[in-house]
Amino acid sequence: MGPLTPLRGDTGGQVMLAVVLLVAIAVPVLNLAVPDGNPWHVSTYTVTLLGKYLSYALLAVTVDLVWGYLGILSLGHGAFFALGGYAMGMYLMRQIGDRGVYGDPVLPDFMVFLNWKELPWFWHGFDMFWLAALMVVLLPGLLAFVFGWLAFRSRVTGVYLSIITQALTYALMLAFFRNEMGFGGNNGLTDFKDILGFNLQADSTRVALFLASALALAVGYIACRWIVTSRLGRVAVAIRDAEARTRFIGYRVDRVKLAIWTFSAMLAGVAGALYVPQVGIINPGEFAPLNSIELVVWVAVGGRATLYGAVVGAVLVNYGKTYFTGAFPEAWLFALGGLFVLVTLLLPRGIAGLFRLRLRRRTEAPAVREARA
Amino acid sequence: MSPASQSARDLMRRDRAFDFSSQQRAWLQFKESMRRDRQFDFMVNVKDLELDISHGPILYIEDLNVSFDGFKAIDHLNFYVDAGELRCVIGPNGAGKTTMMDIITGKTRPDSGSVYFGQKIDLLRLSEPEIAEIGIGRKFQKPTVFEHHTVFENLELAMAGDKRVFPTLFARLSGEQRERIDEVLGIIGLGEQAQREAGALSHGQKQWLEIGMLLMQNPLLLLVDEPVAGMTHQEMDRTAELLLSLQGKHSVVVVEHDMDFVRSIARRVTVLHQGTVLAEGSMEQVQNDPRVVEVYLGE
Ligand SMILES: Nc1ncnc2c1ncn2[C@@H]1O[C@H](COP(=O)(O)OP(=O)(O)O)[C@@H](O)[C@H]1O
Ligand SMILES: [Mg+2]
Repeated sequence: MGPLTPLRGDTGGQVMLAVVLLVAIAVPVLNLAVPDGNPWHVSTYTVTLLGKYLSYALLAVTVDLVWGYLGILSLGHGAFFALGGYAMGMYLMRQIGDRGVYGDPVLPDFMVFLNWKELPWFWHGFDMFWLAALMVVLLPGLLAFVFGWLAFRSRVTGVYLSIITQALTYALMLAFFRNEMGFGGNNGLTDFKDILGFNLQADSTRVALFLASALALAVGYIACRWIVTSRLGRVAVAIRDAEARTRFIGYRVDRVKLAIWTFSAMLAGVAGALYVPQVGIINPGEFAPLNSIELVVWVAVGGRATLYGAVVGAVLVNYGKTYFTGAFPEAWLFALGGLFVLVTLLLPRGIAGLFRLRLRRRTEAPAVREARA
Repeated sequence: MSPASQSARDLMRRDRAFDFSSQQRAWLQFKESMRRDRQFDFMVNVKDLELDISHGPILYIEDLNVSFDGFKAIDHLNFYVDAGELRCVIGPNGAGKTTMMDIITGKTRPDSGSVYFGQKIDLLRLSEPEIAEIGIGRKFQKPTVFEHHTVFENLELAMAGDKRVFPTLFARLSGEQRERIDEVLGIIGLGEQAQREAGALSHGQKQWLEIGMLLMQNPLLLLVDEPVAGMTHQEMDRTAELLLSLQGKHSVVVVEHDMDFVRSIARRVTVLHQGTVLAEGSMEQVQNDPRVVEVYLGE
């Protein structure tokens, strides 16, 4: 089995990854090799914007994994994304060293401002990239594991589950707003200088982060495809469609859910960690319940239970958001709500549903011919 | 952890969140389980359980009671099934037939009584998946196949084997397993439909697929609830053939309303009424029993 085996039969995914690959090659060249002023030049702003979209796309894939294939409508995936983001943010804060406004060699500015004398225990070790990278997946994974363990074994499902995922992210938002928590309160973590010794403002660093996002999306996508095409993936869909029945034929439904849910959260953490150095800030606003709801809209627009649809939805909706918030800032929420209603009514299978219909027609034809013969 | 709190956890695990009446029931059962004479062992390892059918019966139900909000759905029920037997259970609507199956399979907990698989395995101590694992398969009244999976995949998912998370993630179909699936496809007559989505099957075909899913688990005891409801005559005949082909290799309990169908397959019939056994014997004996006649005519 090769690394691309999970893509077999996934035309949409193949096309999507080919486009990502193309963009990942073209954009760095057009940014670094084509001089400013040339009409083909891609600005660093655009590179970073695209990198942000790619990290959102990965996040959307993680939501589709649990919603589309496991039937868990998570309205709290933003929390896992934000936790991964905070873990990365803590590393970036420690990287600042004595270059902060207050010049303290160890303490980040906000701690000096709060008159703290030493680093809280949970900030230790975050000056090491490997540890921070580990925490990027471990923290969201641990939260998801504990949450899922409690929720799934007591068989909380459906709307109730969605509501408590929403409560989870809301509670975290309130907690992170508090200065005493030690994560910079409502200002969050910002003023980052460099990552692994590379200046975050440099074009080349921006391009590298963009490429890392594209790579993470491709690897994450293939990993999710690998899960959904395995027998475990078929069990997940069985749980989505008939949970009691699946339990009855001998699968530990709570453990299947827990495993996929936790994996999804860890991958969402990776997306958050890629997002933070590109946008240059992480604050409690990322835990806002509305963010998690938006994620679900991306997936619905792109087409649930296709994985590549989530990527398409995330990119298109966010492109729309960038455009709208520039042109008519007040209208964005209405546009988002309207989009969700429209998609639900007119395109229940999202954008991917349009392609699927065509594909099916094409593949069905020979079978019909065979049946006649 | 004390055995008592372990058993309490065990009971709590079975019931659903937000279902207060069943939580109440769990509490009553918890109190019941605190009685010294009825404490459970620390852990049950399903693999260590050995089926003992040396005395003949594969299923023993004794003095079983269950009530729902005061209504006695099962009332001092005694019921035995021999190994390899094909048994029909009939009875008017609400007689408690489905409830009896719910108890055997661990879906409903009784108020009192005992349910044994063979002489040694106490089913009341096991959870639903554990009961499925030791070899009791069930077909539900309403056919529930996995609509978005193909017929083949439905059988694959139901196949006996290691169903833990990681083995399932890495599972590959062996040639032997593929053959077994093909064999069952043959038994249930859905070979041609193997690659169709189960949601696209006719009602009768879904029922057969469900029986096929049961067979994939190599069950020792099959519980089949109303298999021919809504079937055409042709489909009924096909189903009778299918069930008859199973006896000997499996013990089968069929719950059915349709008398013609029961007549066409049954050796022994049990009549259930108001949660208890009204009569038992050959179809002929049962049909001539005045109490049975009364119940059926009075319906
Ligand atoms: N979970 C339940 N809660 C309350 N009443 C129930 C429940 N399950 C079954 N009953 C009642 O128990 C009686 C027996 O039902 P059932 O076993 O389904 O009968 P049958 O399958 O023989 O038609 C019926 O009166 C039914 O309404
Ligand atoms: Mg019934």
